[in-house]
Amino acid sequence: MRSMIVPLTRRYWNVMLIKRQQLAGNWSLPDRWSIIAFLIAGLALLPIAIILRMLVQPAPDVWQHLWATRLAEFLSNTVVLLIGVGLGTTLLGTALAWLVTAYRFPGQRLFDWALMLPMAVPSYVLAFVFMATFDYAGPVQKALRAWFGSSAWFPSIRSGGGAIFVMTLTLYPYVYLLARAAFHEHGRGTFEVARTLGVTRLQAFLRVVLPMARPSLVAGLSLVLMEVLTDVGTVRFLNFPTLSDGIFRIWHGMMDRDAALQSAAVLLLFAFGALLIERYTRGRARYVQEGSRGHGLAQVPLTGWRALAATLVCSFVLATAFLLPVSQLIQWSVHELWHRMPEGLLAIYWRHVRATLILAGAGAVISVLAAVLLAYGTHLSRSPVTRLAARGATLGYAIPGAVIGLGVLLPLSWLDHTLNDVTYQWWGVLPGLIFTGSITGLIYAYVVRFMAVAHSSVEASLEKISPGIEAAARTLGARPIRVLWHVHLPLIRAGMLTGAALVFVDVMKELPITLLLRPFGYETLALWIWQNVAESLWSEAALPALTIVVADLLVVGILIRSATLRGRHSIERT
Amino acid sequence: MLFTRRKKAGITLVGFILLVVSLVACTNQSASQTAPQTIRETVVVTQEVPVRETVVVRETVEVPVEEPIVYVYSARHYGQMETAFAEFTKETGIEVRFTFGSDAELRERLKAEGRFTPADVLFTVDAANLWLAAQEGLLRPINSDVLESNIPDYLQDPSNQWYALSLRVRTIAYHPDRVNPEEIATYESLADPKWAGRICWRPSTKSYTQSLVSSLIVHHGYDKAKEIVTGWAQNAKEYIDSDTRILQTIAEGGCDISVVNHYYLARLLSEDANYPVKLLWANQAEQGVHVNASGAGVTTYARHPENAIRLLEWLSTERGQRLFADSNFEYPANPNVAPHELIQQWGDFKRDTLQISEIGSLQADAIKLMNEAGYQ
Repeated sequence: MRSMIVPLTRRYWNVMLIKRQQLAGNWSLPDRWSIIAFLIAGLALLPIAIILRMLVQPAPDVWQHLWATRLAEFLSNTVVLLIGVGLGTTLLGTALAWLVTAYRFPGQRLFDWALMLPMAVPSYVLAFVFMATFDYAGPVQKALRAWFGSSAWFPSIRSGGGAIFVMTLTLYPYVYLLARAAFHEHGRGTFEVARTLGVTRLQAFLRVVLPMARPSLVAGLSLVLMEVLTDVGTVRFLNFPTLSDGIFRIWHGMMDRDAALQSAAVLLLFAFGALLIERYTRGRARYVQEGSRGHGLAQVPLTGWRALAATLVCSFVLATAFLLPVSQLIQWSVHELWHRMPEGLLAIYWRHVRATLILAGAGAVISVLAAVLLAYGTHLSRSPVTRLAARGATLGYAIPGAVIGLGVLLPLSWLDHTLNDVTYQWWGVLPGLIFTGSITGLIYAYVVRFMAVAHSSVEASLEKISPGIEAAARTLGARPIRVLWHVHLPLIRAGMLTGAALVFVDVMKELPITLLLRPFGYETLALWIWQNVAESLWSEAALPALTIVVADLLVVGILIRSATLRGRHSIERT
Repeated sequence: MLFTRRKKAGITLVGFILLVVSLVACTNQSASQTAPQTIRETVVVTQEVPVRETVVVRETVEVPVEEPIVYVYSARHYGQMETAFAEFTKETGIEVRFTFGSDAELRERLKAEGRFTPADVLFTVDAANLWLAAQEGLLRPINSDVLESNIPDYLQDPSNQWYALSLRVRTIAYHPDRVNPEEIATYESLADPKWAGRICWRPSTKSYTQSLVSSLIVHHGYDKAKEIVTGWAQNAKEYIDSDTRILQTIAEGGCDISVVNHYYLARLLSEDANYPVKLLWANQAEQGVHVNASGAGVTTYARHPENAIRLLEWLSTERGQRLFADSNFEYPANPNVAPHELIQQWGDFKRDTLQISEIGSLQADAIKLMNEAGYQ
């Protein structure tokens, strides 16, 4: 999902392009490439459509039952979490971004990139580390009681507040990253004009810079909201059930599949809400684009207590959101490897790593393949309908995993059982559960959920290729597939690799889809964490968590590199 | 030249797609491979029998040619199973493959997979879930003299669809410095308002909590049970989804009382013999303390039923019980096997002899009751 950040500003132009073509009335019979695009879009939209169908065939008795129980609580928790984390990430992300772009203070150049690191820690990992550290029996409260006596008050981490705190710390980098880029890009000119007109720095920030950066901030915020909607781990661990978690509680706890499906449909509505916010701000993204590709602000050096405060604030965020969890995970992992039978532990570890590698690898390869076909298809056929299909096919990034998981499970298990009935009747053969009993269904769901991630990196590098090269190849008589193979693929290799890496890590961390669809024996690292934390065996969850964080760091590294390169260019130019 | 290169590109593309497809197919090890296999086996058999193959195929599917392997769905956690499985494999040569999940999740899986399930055995941590699985037709009746003689009647299904293998007592834990155990002798007494803000509870999502509340419904009826659980919820200090963490919080002074499974305290005591939390056997003057069972059954569509039965039989023997029950300080289901020394110190107790089937049938009601009572 985080690679969505890059193309957000570009989407506006896509929309304009479609509108232009619609005006030109460019309709014709669909060609081969459009058909491919439609097929991919159809497959990607199927699970979403299945859940949507639940809304048009409401079951009043199910609803009555849901209202009587905990649906209201799930709903209100979801809203509270969305508002809390939304506010928290916007404030924290914007404030930190402004601090590191507009001021100079000790460590500022380090914080500039290091403040993106917390992105590498999945929320549910931070949640269980915080639970072990900050709950009543944890070391922090123990120390506080030792100093101040047993009356020392401390907020409970297993609460809505705790969930908001944890998710704010892991998700603020989305806002930070986009805000920072926006401040860099168009900060200087307007900011200085405002200053010459006699306002203070603060006023200039609040009244000029901030409103101009608003589209970027809201884009970051919508990504945060989508993450909040899809999370099941954090809210389960901290005992603050939202709709996503509620689906599992209703299905597995109350053994009521219909009610779970209805709640999935409600969750889908929330997701569409977040999507609308994103689309709406995309339309205003030109705000950002029209600003000159900036020189960055002239940084004001901070001195004395101000410098100290700035350094302390940044250090505090970095320490709680990144250094604390990582060092705790390392400590637990070392303890586990040292004190328990390492052979047994390592055997389990490799089993999980193997399953994770197979699933993440297959998910990444197939997502990128589909993304290339889709991007190239829309690139070739300039029909607006094909472009619409591409947008539909990449909707999955906004849809929570629990919804996609259910939307894939239903049709595939129907297909499996029908297939077996038919083959048994005709040939007396039972092929077994081809889709739901294997990783096919699981990979399908991953691709639906994460293809947008691969698509945006592929599309970005495809658009960079000069049309001249392609035209040259075509005039020499090469057919599109040959041009794709010999011209485009070598040129977009970097984009494909980035896309694959992003999908790989996203699959690695994924919880709800894997929980619902994993076939026998496919226990991923994320599931290992889930099961151990369910038993409060925190130190046993450390090794898989550390593995995920390290893999995640590689991807965040790519992101940091591209973000700081842009920054450096602008500094060089000044 | 132009032609061959295009061809080459095409071939590579096709090759790649084939690779991906075969990767997916290879990893589809569980279900689709075994089904045709049984049919292949039967073809061999039908050749020996002088009857027309096509007719006989379906009738001879039952031929017990089992690979030395058994597939397990287990709600029991890693550390509690793996040594026992490894020992079983060493003694019998039968490999055990397993997947973990929660009780309810695994039952839903079995239901969805129907006759194609890869699982031969279902282990749960809660007898009510075994009963529900049997009720839903997910388990098959088995014939085993070994199990019949090792497991007492009240710990097995009347139609032999499942057997309990170990017992876990869910009872009251307290801090001896802050609570007088005589005041909290029963589950019902925990609803007394004088404990307001002093009890840590396990959330309603856990099957242990659900079974305990089901037993309250049996003894008191729905309305009275709801009153009790409402009292519990009003006395709650915090809901913590871990018995271990609850005990640690009691030890630290975060709350004073809770209801936990006995072995969690045993685990802590095995590390620190002076752990400052105590257990009492609840409701000894009334129906007795609430006992739950961890057990297993063979799935209706098991492909390796013989191996599955062998695994259950082995676990019910002295040796199997030692590994199965002791690894987690549980009470063995086989009465001829003595409990671990560590838990012998707590002495005997009067057990609530409620039928497991009753608890199972009330599971959904219990969840509803807790929702209504405001118990998280």
